[in-house]
This record gives sequence, C-alpha cells and structure tokens, in this order.
Amino acid sequence: MYLHTRHILAALVLSGILLTSCQPTKPSVKIGINAELTGEMPAVGASCKQAAELFTEQVNKAGGIAVGSEKLPILLSVVDNSCKADQSAAAAQRLISQDGVTVMVGPNASSCAIPAGEIAESLGCLMISPWSTNPKTTQDSQTGKPKKNAFRACFTDRFESPVLAAFATKNLHAKTAAVLYDVSSEAPTSQSALFKEAFEKAGGKVVSMETYSTGDRDFSAQLTKIRESSPDIIYLPAPYNDTPLIAAQARQLGIKAPFLGSDAWSSPDIIKLDAGKNLEGSYFCNHYSTEAATPKAKQFIADYTAKYGNAPDDVAALTYDAMALAANSIASAGKTDRAAVRDAMASTRTFDGVTGHFVYPEAAREPAKSAVIMQIKDGSFHWVSTVEP
Amino acid sequence: MKYLAQQAINALQLGSIYALIALGYSMVYGVLTMINFAHGDVFMLGSFFCLLLIAIVPVPFWLALIVVMGATAILGTLIERFAYRPLRNAPRVSAIITALGCGLVIQNTTLGISPYARPMPHLLDNVTYQFAGITVTTLQIIIIGVSVGLMMVLDFLIRKTSFGMAMRAVASDRATVSLLGVPANEIIAVTFAIGAALGGAAGLLYGMAYPVVSAAMGITVGWKAFVAAVIGGIGNMRGAVLGAFILGTVEVMTVAVLPSTYRDLISYSLLLLILVFKPHGLLGKPTIHKA
Amino acid sequence: MIGMTPWTKNRYLPPVLLVVGLIVTAILPSTGLVNDYLQFVIVSIAINAILCVSLNLVNGWMGEFSVGHAGFMALGAYASAILTVKLFPSAPAALIFPAAVLIGGTVAGLAGIPVGILSFKTRGDYLAIITLAFLMIVKSGLENIPYTGGPRGMLGIPHLTTVAWAYFWCVVAFWAIRNLVYSKYGRGIAAIREDEIAAEAMGVNTRAAKLVAFVTSSFFAGVAGALFAHQLQFINPSSFDILKSTEILVMVYLGGVASLGGSLLGAGVVTILTQCLQPLGTWRMVVLPALLVLLMLFRPAGIMGYRDWNWLKPRLSLKLRSKNEDKAERGKEIVS
Repeated sequence: MYLHTRHILAALVLSGILLTSCQPTKPSVKIGINAELTGEMPAVGASCKQAAELFTEQVNKAGGIAVGSEKLPILLSVVDNSCKADQSAAAAQRLISQDGVTVMVGPNASSCAIPAGEIAESLGCLMISPWSTNPKTTQDSQTGKPKKNAFRACFTDRFESPVLAAFATKNLHAKTAAVLYDVSSEAPTSQSALFKEAFEKAGGKVVSMETYSTGDRDFSAQLTKIRESSPDIIYLPAPYNDTPLIAAQARQLGIKAPFLGSDAWSSPDIIKLDAGKNLEGSYFCNHYSTEAATPKAKQFIADYTAKYGNAPDDVAALTYDAMALAANSIASAGKTDRAAVRDAMASTRTFDGVTGHFVYPEAAREPAKSAVIMQIKDGSFHWVSTVEP
Repeated sequence: MKYLAQQAINALQLGSIYALIALGYSMVYGVLTMINFAHGDVFMLGSFFCLLLIAIVPVPFWLALIVVMGATAILGTLIERFAYRPLRNAPRVSAIITALGCGLVIQNTTLGISPYARPMPHLLDNVTYQFAGITVTTLQIIIIGVSVGLMMVLDFLIRKTSFGMAMRAVASDRATVSLLGVPANEIIAVTFAIGAALGGAAGLLYGMAYPVVSAAMGITVGWKAFVAAVIGGIGNMRGAVLGAFILGTVEVMTVAVLPSTYRDLISYSLLLLILVFKPHGLLGKPTIHKA
Repeated sequence: MIGMTPWTKNRYLPPVLLVVGLIVTAILPSTGLVNDYLQFVIVSIAINAILCVSLNLVNGWMGEFSVGHAGFMALGAYASAILTVKLFPSAPAALIFPAAVLIGGTVAGLAGIPVGILSFKTRGDYLAIITLAFLMIVKSGLENIPYTGGPRGMLGIPHLTTVAWAYFWCVVAFWAIRNLVYSKYGRGIAAIREDEIAAEAMGVNTRAAKLVAFVTSSFFAGVAGALFAHQLQFINPSSFDILKSTEILVMVYLGGVASLGGSLLGAGVVTILTQCLQPLGTWRMVVLPALLVLLMLFRPAGIMGYRDWNWLKPRLSLKLRSKNEDKAERGKEIVS
C-alpha cells in the first residue's frame, strides 16, 4: 500500500490522542496548576510551578494528604496559559474536565485569573489564585457578589492601593502624581483607578493618567506628556518586564521624579532587566519580604533555595501558601469531592502561612493580611515597613 | 512648541528603525514580488545575535553592528536558499505561506530557547543633551544617524552601481535578465542578504533603544514595518523610507494627543485611506498582474 | 434488481445521516460518555471547520489572499455577546442563541460588503494588506469601545454552545458553501481565480461574484465567532489579532485550498495536534509551522488541494438528466 501523506497524518493524530488519554491509575489527590509559563511573564509562572512542586515533594515525602482514613499523595497537573486570557480559559477547562483536578491553583496574572475563575465557577471547581489582586477575580461579573468557587491567597488592590497612596503622601511627601499603566491588562487598570481614588482622598492630585497596551515598547510619547505635567512621583503598576523599559525612557527624557510600583514589580528579574540602574531607590508594595521573615517563612526560603538555587519571590511564597490552603481544605473535608473541598475552604477563618497571618472574614474570598513596602537598593530588594490591615 | 519638537524627535527615532526593516521588505518584494513574512523575525534575531555576541566576547558598538549584520545576512541567504528557492515557480500563495511558516518557526524556536526577556548589554554610553527644553540622547542621534547612513549607502548601491542595476533588472523582468547573462539566482540571494542585514542592524539599534529583548518583538514591529513599506509603495526603496517615517510620525503624534488605544486605529485607518485612493502606495507604480 | 441503486448511493442517505448526527450530538452531553474537555475539543473543531471553509471560499476558490478573517470573527463574537449579555440576559437559551448567532453572522456579513467592494479594484498583495488593515481597525476599534469592556474584554458570556449547535452550524456552513461553489456563482468565483480578465470577457459578473464570496465568507466567520464567544465565555480584542488569522490560514493551507474535505481535515488535524502536543509547550508552535513549511514544499496546494471526497460533491449526474430522459431510459430497459 502506498504511504500517502494522509496515512502519516492519521497515524500522527491517533498516536497523539492515545498518548494523551493515558491516565495513571494510582489513587491520588489531583491538584492543577494554571501558570504563565510562557508569554509576558514567564518568571512568574516558573516561580509558581517551582513552589507547587516543592510543596508536593514535601507533602508526598511525609506520606501525602490525610483524606479520610488514608493518606493520598498529591499528583500535580501543570498547564501553561501563555499569559493570555483565552488560553487561560482553555487551560482551566483542560485541568477541570480532562485531568479531573480537585483544586486549581492559579492563574497569577489577573487578566488570566478572571476568565479562569469564570470557568471554575461554571464547572464547580475550587480555584485559589496565589497572586491575582484584581477584585474582579473573585466577583461575579453580573451580580457583583463573591463567586462561590474562586478564592485567593493574597490581598486585593482595594487594600494595596490605599497603602501605596498613604506611603506616597506621608513618606515620600508627594502632592502630585502621574500614572502610566497598561490599559489592556486587568491588574494595572484596577490598581491605577484605585490608586487615583486613594491618592486624591489623601489630599494629593493625579496630574496625568497615561496608558499603553501590552507589548508596547515605545513610551516616549506618553512620558513626554507626563514630563509636561511635572509630577512629584510616577506610579508605575507595570510588570517586571515593562518597568525597566519605562524607567529607562523616562530618565532619558529627563524626568527626575521617583517611581512607585505595585506588587507586579516583585520578581527579582526586574533588577536583572534594569541594566541602567534607573529603578535604584524606587519603592513598591509586596506580599512578603525575605528579610522580615517568620521562622516558618525562613524554613521555606531555605528549602526553596536549596532546591532551586535562588531565593523565592512573592509568587513562589503565595503559591506555597495556596497549595497549603488547598491541602488543608481537602484534609478537613475528608474526601476529594469538589463541593466538600470548596465548603471546607469557605469555612477556613485563619491560616498561618509563609507570607504571614491570613484572616478570612465570613463570606470573603480574600484574606486580610499585611503588606510590605520594599525598596530597590544596591541591586536587591530591601524591606522598608510593614502595613497591617 | 517644544513639546511637538520633542515628539518629533521620538517620531524620527521610531521612523528610522521602521525604515530599515521596511527596506528589507521592499527589496525582496522588488526582486521576487513576494512578501517575506519571515523578515520581522530576522529583525528580532538581530537583537538576539547581539546578545549572543556580547555574551561570548564584549566588543565595541561598531564591531557588534558589523558582525550582527553579517550574521543576519547569512541567515537571510539560508532562508532564501532552502525555503523560497524551491517554490520559485509554485503559486505565489505557497511562497507566502512558507514565509509565514518560517517566521513562526524562527520566532518559536527562539522563544523555546530563551523564554525569558533579557536585558540588552550596554554598548554605548548614553549622554543626554538638553537644549531649549528638548532632550536628545546620543543613542537617538546614533540610531537616526546609522539608519540614514545605511539608507544612503543602499540608495547609492541601487542607483549608481552595476550590481544595483542588475537588481533593478531582475525586479523588472526576471526571465529576460537570465537570457542576457545576469546571474539571477545570485542577485536574488545577495538581495536577500542585504535586506536581512538591514533588518539585523535595525534589530541591534532597536535593542539599544528599548533594552529589554524578547522573542515576541518580531511580530509587532515586523508587521508595522510591513505596513510602512506598503504605504510608501512596496517594491520602491524610497517609498519604504517615506512610508516608515510617515508611520512613525502618525504613531507618535496619535499617542501625543489621544489615549494610546487609538494609535493602531488611526495608523491602520490611514493605511486604508491611502490604499483606497492610491492602491499601489504613495510612490508605487501599478504593475500588470496576470490574473 | 434493475434500476435500483445500492443503499450507499441512495440519494436520501446524506440527509438522514446528518439528522442522525444531530440527534447523537444532542444527547451526547447527557450520556456522560464524553467528558467536558472532549466536548470542548469537538466544539473547537467544528468552529475551526466553519472558519476554515469560509476562508477557503475567498482564499482557495477565489484565489485571493485575505488575512482579515479574524476581524469578521471578532465582529460576530462581539455582536452575539452583546445580545446575550447586555441586551437580553434573561431570555431563554433556545430562543436567544440562534438569534444571537444569526445576528453575529449578519453583522459580519455586512462588514464583508465594504471589503468586497474594495476588492473590485485591488488584487493580490494589495488586497492582502487591505484585509490586514481591516482586521487591525476592527481590533483597535473594539479596544476603544468601553461598552464592550474595551481592551480588557467582555466577561460573563453564558455557555450556550453545545456540541449539537456547533454541529448544526458546521453542517449549515458546509452545505451552503458547497452549494455556492458548485453553482453558477461558484463557477464564476473559480473563473476569477484562474484569470479575472478572461472571466470578464466570458461574461462572468466578477463584481457580483466577489461580493457574494466575501459576504458569504464573512457571514460564516461571524457565525463561528458567535459560537466561539459562547464556548469560551470570555472574549477580548487581542484574541482576534493577526495570530488568530494566521492560525486559520495554517488550517486552510494544511488541509487543502479550494476543498471542502480539506477544510474539515485541516481544522481537525490542527485542533487535535494543538491539544495533543500541549506537553511540548512552546515547541508545539515550532512543530506545526514546520509541518506546514514541509507540506508547502512538497504539496503546495495542501493535503487535499483542489480535490474533494465524493460524498461531498453534489450528484451532478442526476441533475444533468431531465425527468423525461430518465423515464425513457427506464422504459427502454423494462421493454428490452
């Protein structure tokens, strides 16, 4: 029989289907990780995946999670969402329907977490986002009430922005501010709007609100406009790959005002990418600091550094806590039934994690916990102060 | 007034980089009437080659420029030899799709090897000059200068040398040219090489201007430069440069007065308008296509 | 017996099979045989098949090079989403969904008219650029409309795309385009591909043919967009950029230009490979285009270029004979 192209293709497709439908049959607890392994912020996805794998390794070495009367090991399912909203929704579908996970941890970027939250809600699976700060992730888009299945392990922009605004007015003595943010991304947009609100409530004035879109490289037009408005500080809630660019161009245009950042700056890659040291001395808000660490955190930092060679950033620490929250919910539910696990998570009131003390008020999806202000100095992050909720 | 002047300098810088890339598109279209969609990714590789070079041996800016241009020239020739030449006589659409495929392969291979954005190494000391309230940096001067210089060299090459004449001959009638003893295949290969070298230079300059290098740069900037080439009349060198500066100016000026989300809308509407009234671009000449 | 055709060639077999297919897909979700993710993949294949066959009409049968298909898809997606989310959020699904899909298709089809008109004067590469400009204008335009969520997109679209609906619209698309292609207009469209000037000279109304092609193509792209929106439950303008258009192009040229079976094949292969090669991560997007490049080098028209399976072609032989000829033929056989 002549080997046509169609025969080869059919064989390829069939083998592909067969390979992917093979599932392991050992009983285990399946946890899904929906992470940004490629795309705009691969460092965030890598931290998330590594922390999840560290947690899984530690728990499995101790025998696993106690589900009812037996101990089951964790089986991690990692899917990449390429930091794109539609791929994030598809990844959530895959994790929940195909891989049959009990809990989904992730995504981290709010643009990805919001659509994944919709899918988790409609399919009835618990989702815990480690890093997404946009309030919309855990809110029903039609009614505004909290979603049933979406939780998070970090504080929201509603807490973070007033903290930053207070820092700007009290510590940096800023009376005017300019904001430059990515209008096509959820997290920076909500952070900017809430910062403006908080800053003006604290007596300041936002003199310039400029926008750009994801993937833009040239900010000279917007920065020239900002320069005209002569602000005291510039609020830059941009992720770690955009911020050094913006800072470099701002300094080139002669803008001397200091920069203020959100938790999106928290990856150490930001210093690596800042070849011109334009961010030296800038302040930003973070979820935890390796310097002001509790004993539990110190243990985690030591384990992570031993396994991966670099200190964990806040995404890694928050993922570790999210995994712990997930494991605790499964253990207290006593079974891997999704509804039971979700109810167990909803009834969690306090939790002591690597990133601090969590308090989940009744019917709230996000914890009340402390934020830290950090400064970039001498090529690394330095803790400045902690703000309690 | 000085605000507009500042924005004008920003526009010049952006336009220069677009011009270098647009020239690559126009040159290839001129000789082969084929849109080389892989060109944007060759541009992106220019920055990556520079990263690689500096990681192995730190060299001054001029040497880096020459080496990167050489490397991308070789890459361009290889792509032409293995992906485009076999399709010389196939329907044009197949060549375009192959170009698209090559571009995707290059982009995703680079992404697979280096998924993280990387900082561009420091090649030139950047001094900021301020006069009359406008800031100009040495980097901007170098970018504009090198671009204009390369364009002038190319213009001289095309108009005043016999090689340029051969290129123009191949562009106007490929079949007859072979009959007259001009080695068409070699001319085409060298055209690709020059186009790719210009793209590589643009990549290096772009990396210096926007020092965070990632593999996804190729698509956005590549397509914009393609639009610029078309505005000016694809196949026409001077048109490519004109189109690039027009596009750069429109982009910068739009963001200067409107929110940034309008930038693409205005640029592409302008493109559409120009194409409706001048279907072959501003400086293009109508060609008779058979079917 | 004399004159009886075997059941495989029975003229009523295809419609019956299609109806059976519809019933099967309607009850499939409730049987639990196929999990949600596999349903998701099947619906994706159907949506991609509709996109593929509609783009094939313009790129394959008419020989143009349109890269703006994602723009029509975007218009359909947003139009249908506005209907189901903003205007009639509480209407019953069985009524509102077909209406939404139809309106999405109509909006996209109307947008196809100006593009079709622009194609009268321009051909080849310049038309490609016009379609690119159209795509970017649609995308940027959508980014600037706060009513639909601007650049961050629209949330909360109800999940109305079931396997049955996707199958239904896929069948409708293929049936419509098949009939168009094998009709007088279809011959005209193919003539434009071969030689436009000769076609004009032979009396083909090229303007009408181009308009019909573009409007049909964009209508079905809009339909696919509406289905897409109601499957993913979330749309934003950056889902409909040049990358999406490129994906559809890859499917068309992989499967085969100017071929209905090729569209189905291309959509199926690319969708399944995209899902199956997930473990490869970024390298998946190296394998697929590399496959395409190899295919272009050895089979420039795609796997099934310009050819079709027999069961997709209409039964022309029956149409060509008149009723009286048929009777006479049968009469002769019985007598002799």
